Amino acid sequence: MALKMVKGSIDRMFDKNLQDLVRGIRNHKEDEAKYISQCIDEIKQELKQDNIAVKANAVCKLTYLQMLGYDISWAAFNIIEVMSASKFTFKRIGYLAASQCFHEGTDVIMLTTNQIRKDLSSPNQYDTGVALTGLSCFVTPDLARDLANDIMTLMSHTKPYIRKKAVLIMYKVFLKYPESLRPAFPRLKEKLEDPDPGVQSAAVNVICELARRNPKNYLSLAPLFFKLMTSSTNNWVLIKIIKLFGALTPLEPRLGKKLIEPLTNLIHSTSAMSLLYECVNTVICGLFFQLCVQKLRILIEDSDQNLKYLGLLAMSKILKTHPKSVQSHKDLILQCLDDKDESIRLRALDLLYGMVSKKNLMEIVKKLMIHVDKAEGTTYRDELLTKIIDICSQSNYQYITNFEWYISILVELTRLEGTRHGHLIAAQMLDVAIRVKAIRKFAVSQMAMLLDNAHLIASNTQRNGICEVLYAAAWICGEFSEHLEEANQTLEAMLRPKVTTLPGHIQAVYVQNMVKLYASILQQKEQAGEKEAAQEITQLMIERLPQFVQSADLEVQERASCILQLIKYIQKLQAKEVPVAEEVIALFAGELNPVAPKAQKKVPVPEGLDLDAWINEPPSDSESEDEKPKTIFHEEEQRHSRHRQPEIDEEELARRREARKQEQANNPFYIKSSPSPQKRYQDTPGVEHIPVVQIDLSVPLKVPGMPMSDQYVKLEEERRHKQKLEKDKKKKKQKKEKRGKHHRHNSLHTESEEDIAPAHHVDIITEEMPENALPSDEDDKDPNDPYKALDIDLDKPLADSEKLPVQRHRNVETLKSPDSEVPLVEKKSKKPKKKEKKHKDKERDKGKKKEKEKKVVEEEEEEVKKVILQDLHYFSSCCYLLLSSFCCLGTASDSFLQVTVSVIFENKSTSFLKSMELNVLDSLNTKMLRPEGSSVHDGIPVPFQLPPGISNEAQFVFTLQSIVMAQKLKGTLSFIVKDDEGSTHEKLDFKLHFSCASYLITTPCYSDAFAKLLESGDLHMSSIKVDGISISFQHLLAKICFHHHFSVVERVDSCASMYSRSIQGHHVCLLVKKGENSVSIDGKCNDSTLLSNLLDEMKETLSKC
Amino acid sequence: GSSCSPGQGQKRKQSCCLHKIHFILLFSRQGKLRLQKWYTTLPDKEKKKIIREIIQIILSRNQKTSSFVDWKDLKLVYKRYASLYFCCAIEDQDNELLTLEVVHRYVELLDRYFGNVCELDIIFNFEKAYFILDEFIIGGEVQETSKKTAVKAIEDSDMLQETVEEYMNKPAF
Repeated sequence: MALKMVKGSIDRMFDKNLQDLVRGIRNHKEDEAKYISQCIDEIKQELKQDNIAVKANAVCKLTYLQMLGYDISWAAFNIIEVMSASKFTFKRIGYLAASQCFHEGTDVIMLTTNQIRKDLSSPNQYDTGVALTGLSCFVTPDLARDLANDIMTLMSHTKPYIRKKAVLIMYKVFLKYPESLRPAFPRLKEKLEDPDPGVQSAAVNVICELARRNPKNYLSLAPLFFKLMTSSTNNWVLIKIIKLFGALTPLEPRLGKKLIEPLTNLIHSTSAMSLLYECVNTVICGLFFQLCVQKLRILIEDSDQNLKYLGLLAMSKILKTHPKSVQSHKDLILQCLDDKDESIRLRALDLLYGMVSKKNLMEIVKKLMIHVDKAEGTTYRDELLTKIIDICSQSNYQYITNFEWYISILVELTRLEGTRHGHLIAAQMLDVAIRVKAIRKFAVSQMAMLLDNAHLIASNTQRNGICEVLYAAAWICGEFSEHLEEANQTLEAMLRPKVTTLPGHIQAVYVQNMVKLYASILQQKEQAGEKEAAQEITQLMIERLPQFVQSADLEVQERASCILQLIKYIQKLQAKEVPVAEEVIALFAGELNPVAPKAQKKVPVPEGLDLDAWINEPPSDSESEDEKPKTIFHEEEQRHSRHRQPEIDEEELARRREARKQEQANNPFYIKSSPSPQKRYQDTPGVEHIPVVQIDLSVPLKVPGMPMSDQYVKLEEERRHKQKLEKDKKKKKQKKEKRGKHHRHNSLHTESEEDIAPAHHVDIITEEMPENALPSDEDDKDPNDPYKALDIDLDKPLADSEKLPVQRHRNVETLKSPDSEVPLVEKKSKKPKKKEKKHKDKERDKGKKKEKEKKVVEEEEEEVKKVILQDLHYFSSCCYLLLSSFCCLGTASDSFLQVTVSVIFENKSTSFLKSMELNVLDSLNTKMLRPEGSSVHDGIPVPFQLPPGISNEAQFVFTLQSIVMAQKLKGTLSFIVKDDEGSTHEKLDFKLHFSCASYLITTPCYSDAFAKLLESGDLHMSSIKVDGISISFQHLLAKICFHHHFSVVERVDSCASMYSRSIQGHHVCLLVKKGENSVSIDGKCNDSTLLSNLLDEMKETLSKC
Repeated sequence: GSSCSPGQGQKRKQSCCLHKIHFILLFSRQGKLRLQKWYTTLPDKEKKKIIREIIQIILSRNQKTSSFVDWKDLKLVYKRYASLYFCCAIEDQDNELLTLEVVHRYVELLDRYFGNVCELDIIFNFEKAYFILDEFIIGGEVQETSKKTAVKAIEDSDMLQETVEEYMNKPAF
């Protein structure tokens, strides 16, 4: 046993090891505390020693004491010391102690970043493992941000032991640093298909956990998981996947049907109780309902009325919790509307509410409208009417794509005689007209028509609830009179004697709004210079208004007489030829906007206002009740505050808020939160109590000249069809354009709701918010819920800004042993240097060819800049092949760059080489462009074979996110060597080096432009100094120009200014000064990272001189 | 579970609902804590309070009762092996039976490593018990479902330690 061997060696070295401590504690049962404090003193002494072994032993003992409940946070720094020990034995103890006692509040934790990074990249997998394990316990947002990229790299480590851990830690990183989710997700997804089952199960774990919290973002993974579920035999993995499907099925009902079979199989076959339980649990919570709904369908289809009724009743219960599973049975529910039995029809109506979508809304409403026409009995008809309105207006008119259609539905509904719900229709008309700006013109024309035909609607006024719509019509025509085409006609309609038979509150609105109309007509006439017409309209008002002045309704009377006087005054002015319209119109200036229900809550607290602070200090308790000082505040309030502690906890606040709401709800003078004017109607006396007299009309009433909603249905259908055609066309085009993208998951929801775009761009006015209001989503989220932050769309392509921060090497890290960094290939490459040189000459010969290529690319892609980047890197294998990449054609577009790398393959052997495949391990920043449908593991075949001694070149396209950092991509070339003896499969590892300098274009710059650039102050500065330079200054400048693509701007003695530009347009300015034996370079650039990387590269070049 | 005490409930929500397994406790029949592993970050004070509370709850339960206890907004899953109680706290949606299997697997791992494990093994080699747990569970998630692989990882890293020990025992040290 390894353990036995380990034991003993440590014992001899220290006075007291862990075992002694444990034994000691057990032997001092009576005076344990004293003994331990003595031990802690010893430990403190041990920690002061320089010997790391002693320190580690001390920390180990501390960790034990920590478990016993002793505070060891004072030793945090010592723990870090032990963590950074080079020996694994100690490092492991250090990390254990850290993981037991570090938490986000531990301030020294930030000192560990570099140490952890070093351990993560250690060549010893156990060092890496121990660092990952520790990190899982104490990762902070800062650590997560700084190390995300390192951990992500480890997900592709060669050892499954590390990959597995890295995948699991990534979950913690996501929680602490949600920005890392999108860049890391593709790689995480890859791990689902990792060859190692442990890594695979870790990836399943992490994705399932993520998906459980925000299932909708992971729907596209459903097919992959389904495959895993049916193929995996690992119960741990299966349980996770089943749990995940439990979360996904409510979002995608079709999944349920697919799952029932494999789940039933599992339930029957598994012997693992935990798995059985999980299956059953999932079935109960999700799938069960689908099964039920399917069975209920049989009930509803039955001819027995009782079964039908009960089926619908049960359906509506399911609808409340699982609306999606009911939705697929829309056809059946609609059929039930035709049932003879009214109670069944009512049940079906209830169900319809939860079943509409953008797609089927018009169809469902059309059906309902037919029923409205046919309906006998006002109760059912009223029920239909309310349902239509409920269905259409739900979730802020979410499902309405065509508001013209909706308005005409509302207008058609006004034909309903004897309904009690006129006010509902009116409220909808008002709400839509106010909030959907684009529809106002149409709404006004419809309302004008209603007013014109008021005699039909209000034929039996006092007893007819439908006349309420005239209230809305009058207000809309008045308020938005600028959209009226025949304002005169409408005004006349409003002044008809018949109007006086309408209920008082409607007349009052008539009176008020006819002035608005009058004002706009007046303005119109005055502007057109038709003085007589203006006077005529005034005359009309003066003639007709008196009928309202005589009204028995106080409101009407008061408004009318007031307005009459006003208009008489206007008439006088008009007689004197004074222009009055502007002033009259000013009476109604300004727009009425709806106020959001949450507006009050959103008013930001002004700076310096502390709502919890006392305005008046509470009187001390000794004061008697009646001595209480008189304040402007409510007495109740005062008493409350007397009892309150200065600190009020959340609970109490919530309770008070509730109480306040209650109080407000009961207070008639408090403006209720709902913006809809509906409420006002509820107070209208009488409407509901008026006995409804049914009028038997053989012909359904049609308001002449009114548009039918049907015609909009047809129009809308045509429009959608057209839209679809266009979209399809576009899609095809896109497919042609983008070969690389595939839309696999699209097939899952082909009839996506989102496909239907609203007709003219309707923008529903969001209700008004106070200035500086906080963004609206926030208050719906629980700020304490860490998973909300992970609610991230994973299908969107990555943006430039989303790249994980890659830490630059700091000075501290130069201590790192160099061996770990130098790749094998680079060592090899030193051997055939001579060949390289030869090759360079060849390349020059190919210069012309490069030019040609450049043109080809230009023709293919219309993007802007094309640049030649030279001499990327050379690498080779001594035995068979010489690879060299020489040139790079870059196209810069707004979001990413495309770079074409040409690689020359030269066969140095005497064998025939074929089936070459080149693959590169993508980095976050730089990715090889692969053909559609292939994964990152797939290499790209080289399109030729190589006979001995022949060279040829192939091009590979890479996409880059950013150029500020140099990139080294590891790659492998696999190929088959064929000679007389047979063929063997061989591999060649290489590294592709994208240096920062390769992204610079030699661009000449004049000295005055250069000076201006330096003065602008937009540039970051950085400098380097290299010692031991022996070459001449001239030679040195030439080197910088050649290797780093700069041009000399000016040169004075041993001082020179140089300039270059990146393909993304960064300016890079250099000032190079040569000293005795050294050279110093000061650089300025728009991007500090780019600059420091460029300087680092330069340093390397120069230090070789 | 809704028996969250006021005030504390808020705090708990903030820090606790991060993981599948929230914490694992090992304690003796006498109520002595033998091992604690937290997959959530909580102040020490609160940890101590929770440990006290849970040990009391579980020890007061009859031997024949089920292994599951609702506790605050979490579920406790525990099992007694000889003189030691193993207790995990999991979330509402998590699978109790699976958690029992996790506990059992951990005991199996300890058994393999120590060879017929007993409470004293864990007391005197508590750091090893932690290392084994770390190989098995990471951040509250099971990382290795294969017994063989987990034990091998521990033994391999022990061997690594072994060579270091030998190195240290050289006269130069």
